[in-house]
Amino acid sequence: MKDFGLLAEFTTTSGVYHACEKVRDAGYTVWDAHTPFPVHGLDQAMGLKRSHLPWVILVMGLTGSSLAMLLQWWVSVEAYPIIYAGKPYFSWQAFVPVTFEVGVLFAALGAVFGMLHFNRLPRHNHPLFQSKRFERASDDRFFISIEATDPKYHPEQTAELLRACGAVAVERVEA
Amino acid sequence: MSHHAHTIDAGSIPRLPASSLFAKLPIIGGLVGLGALGAALATGMGAAETRQQLWHSYLVAYLYWLSIALGGLFFTLVQYATRAGWSIALRRVFENVAATLPLFLVLFIPVILGMHDLYHHWLDHDVVANDPILLAKAPYLNEKFFFIRAAIYFAVWIGLALMFYRGSVAQDQTGDRTITRRLNGLSFVGIALFALTTTFAAFDWIMSLDPHWFSTMYGVYFFAGCVVGFFAFLSVITVLMRQAGHFGRFLTEEHQHDAGKLLFAFCVFWTYISFSQYFLIWYGDMPEETIFYRLRQTATWQPVSTFLVAGHFFVPFFFLMSRHVKRHRFGLLGGGLWIMLMHYVDLHWQVMPNINSEAMRHHAGHGFHLHLLDGLTFVGVGGLFLAAFGMMLGRSTLVPARDPRLAESAAFQNA
Repeated sequence: MKDFGLLAEFTTTSGVYHACEKVRDAGYTVWDAHTPFPVHGLDQAMGLKRSHLPWVILVMGLTGSSLAMLLQWWVSVEAYPIIYAGKPYFSWQAFVPVTFEVGVLFAALGAVFGMLHFNRLPRHNHPLFQSKRFERASDDRFFISIEATDPKYHPEQTAELLRACGAVAVERVEA
Repeated sequence: MSHHAHTIDAGSIPRLPASSLFAKLPIIGGLVGLGALGAALATGMGAAETRQQLWHSYLVAYLYWLSIALGGLFFTLVQYATRAGWSIALRRVFENVAATLPLFLVLFIPVILGMHDLYHHWLDHDVVANDPILLAKAPYLNEKFFFIRAAIYFAVWIGLALMFYRGSVAQDQTGDRTITRRLNGLSFVGIALFALTTTFAAFDWIMSLDPHWFSTMYGVYFFAGCVVGFFAFLSVITVLMRQAGHFGRFLTEEHQHDAGKLLFAFCVFWTYISFSQYFLIWYGDMPEETIFYRLRQTATWQPVSTFLVAGHFFVPFFFLMSRHVKRHRFGLLGGGLWIMLMHYVDLHWQVMPNINSEAMRHHAGHGFHLHLLDGLTFVGVGGLFLAAFGMMLGRSTLVPARDPRLAESAAFQNA
């Protein structure tokens, strides 16, 4: 069987935090940390770059606003022009609430589905779920997983590094 | 990081160094302020037309700096009401801004001196007697009740500002944690009183410049200006204090980022409120309501209205949206200074079209214009405000030394 990678278990937040710094400094790129609660500063310790999600949200928000304004213009000026309250056909003031709301809607949809996309969700299963000890990732243990696709990955040397970082257990997980 | 290192060494509590530019503010601001106000009064007291200009310019300048001080009071109250942790290191700045409010009681004297030029519509008995609208409003809009209300506003504002300032400073000495709890309870009453007093102050001092016109949203519109003006000022101070390094480890990029977030959020809030006011009046299309925007959307005021919409919303909305800009020293400094400018434009745009509006209809020259007196009064009131602010900064430590949440604030990080 092919390897998915290595899973290392830690017992404390500071343990996993400093281990992340060492894994980051060793030059690994395809790996992740798993903690039962958010650990402040862990993204810096892992060397994560900032998410691209805000750009998706911005583009979606502007698209939504533009489409909403366009739709209202088309309805009120092109498709079915009626004079209402003696105001011009293109009364942009009246269109602002809908423009705003649709912009927010598109931005929110962009945030939710963009987040799912970047997290590669939804998915039915993950190789790490084969590990019995990984169940404690949602309870009281902290984990680092390094995937076999990482260019620096080596079954023995990577495991050695993780043990040197203070892991209480390191196990191989099948793909 | 997590919540370790939660003890604060008493020796590490920062004070304003005497060599700091902030410590020289009382002298510089005081001299420049008094000089500019003296020059404004000397050149402005004369012909009826210049006098009108003087008092209107003064009112804009007064409201501008008053609104920033009121924003500081409001935000101090909010910190206690929400039991905020992140902001404790900055709270002395809010308190010191609010503690300048007694100065504005003194600076209200010129408004009283000029009130017959400012509020002549409803102060003139002959005009009121022949005007059914003003006659109906007379039980509220009369000289005596105007003074009673002003006294109530100042009593509430100064009372709250000093109560919260003194409690906070007393805690520096005693470390008494019950002070935090007591002020937390008082803050809710304070917020309610603040909302009522600023609402009616906006009605009295700005809306009554044109007493035929009314908008029930005017109070919250003024409030939005207070808060956005204060956050702009706070952003500038935060960046300058970080550059000067006076706060040491207590003031970080994280606090600056939060000040920037609040500035961004309240730019949007201001837009929401001002658009809502405009939108309802536009929809209803009643002449007695639309006159406010008619004055401001015709002739020379039209470009100012456009500039206000673009500069107070679109530019800062896209500029301050980025996390990088809010955390960058020049980014937030630029954003804060820009909003401070736009807050002035906003108040100028509210007050100035009321100058001599009868004459405006006949002379094109009475539209939008910047007068030397605008600059002198702005620098005058601003100088005295900064002098008082600088004096307050030097009177206590720069952070609330023994607040129970100070360590939490120093360790604060944005997620």
